[in-house]
Amino acid sequence: MRVEFDEPKCVAAGQCAMVAPDIFDQRDDDGVAIVLDATPGPEHFDEVREAAAVCPAAAIRLVEA
Amino acid sequence: MNRIVIVGASAAGLAAAETLRREGFGGSLTLIGEEIEPPYDRPPLSKQILASTWDAERLALRTLDQLTALRLDLRLGARAIGLDQKERTIRLADGTDVPYDGLIVATGVRPRRLPGPGAHVLRTVRDALDLRKSLRPGTRLAIVGAGFLGAECAAVARGLGCEVVLLEPAPVPLAHAVGEQIGQVLSQAHRDHGVDLRTGVTVTGVTGTGVQLGHESLAADEVLVAIGSAPNTEWLLGSGLEIDDGVVCDEYSAAAPDVYAAGDVARWHNPLFGVAMRIEHRTNAAEQGLAAARNLLNPQARKPFAPVPYFWSDQYDLKIHAYGYLRGHDEVEVVEGSLADRRFLAAYRKGDRVVGALAVGMPPKAIRPWRQAIALSTPWKDIR
Repeated sequence: MRVEFDEPKCVAAGQCAMVAPDIFDQRDDDGVAIVLDATPGPEHFDEVREAAAVCPAAAIRLVEA
Repeated sequence: MNRIVIVGASAAGLAAAETLRREGFGGSLTLIGEEIEPPYDRPPLSKQILASTWDAERLALRTLDQLTALRLDLRLGARAIGLDQKERTIRLADGTDVPYDGLIVATGVRPRRLPGPGAHVLRTVRDALDLRKSLRPGTRLAIVGAGFLGAECAAVARGLGCEVVLLEPAPVPLAHAVGEQIGQVLSQAHRDHGVDLRTGVTVTGVTGTGVQLGHESLAADEVLVAIGSAPNTEWLLGSGLEIDDGVVCDEYSAAAPDVYAAGDVARWHNPLFGVAMRIEHRTNAAEQGLAAARNLLNPQARKPFAPVPYFWSDQYDLKIHAYGYLRGHDEVEVVEGSLADRRFLAAYRKGDRVVGALAVGMPPKAIRPWRQAIALSTPWKDIR
């Protein structure tokens, strides 16, 4: 799985960082998301899929093998 | 369960469809949408689309490849007009009946209108492109309703060089939603940016040349009516589902056996706050679509849908983030920053607990502990 992040779309809601804290964080100043691990291991797949699903800006796209 | 039908092809319906496939549903999955566009995002309509900083193509929630991978029976431009719970069928406007074993209702809301010709509303991409075409430097735009939608449009229109008159019946805009003090802070931001904000004004109708305020008239080149929304439930009248400003659901988002509702149209019992609520926020659409799909698919392991609602709003350079259920709060307290600087975090109390938090101009991360406090029903006395 590869995580693609469309940063200009991000609205800094932080939903991803709450659902998948090992994979996403937020920048301190403006809250825009940061991808901590763009190729997460299988143990994170469920939470990463949920993060992409609840992102209110549709800014997270997953490329699944 | 072999056939699941989702009525409504926007954020909630799409989230439900994706969840069903992700969680292993292999049966037939029909997604019915009244608009002809594939699922697209609405929050940018009153922001980047109106400001012309994005093309409409950027609104697409998924690529065509991603939609194809869901193996949907996708019916766009198709309006549902009836539900027969006994036969378990959805009637479409063209007379077709679509059978289901499980149903998710996500038909959303539509804008309320005022009597009279020629006013804009803003709900669909067509509405937004229509309004955008009409706004030029010097255009005199009257906006009826200073809620979040009206306020965002006022900010964008000022940025485009329009003259903006913002008309609001309440003495303080947004006071019912965010409290009087914060409503005043946001009002002042509009006045500082040159918006002619008039409060305590009731617009009775739209004329071809502006709006009617009782016996007075106010001239405008364009009028935008932003006075709230009505849930799209008429098609369910007589179906046996309970309708009361939305589809009435229990704490699982269920409206009837094997029938769920999600998104703007659903009025469900949120056990975290102990009240029935209908939430028109973008985040709720995705979260509730996901929750409804899971509960429909796993009847033996249903989970109550108990989210902390969240919304954001962009007005000029102000970023507003809010968590919780602010309506009907008893007290607001600024816990960080100051209202005068338009940089603050405010906490909301109802009874003896923290029910909400709203931040303006603060780092979004600063508000996250408050979300946690709301999710844990933290007593108000524990926040000092």
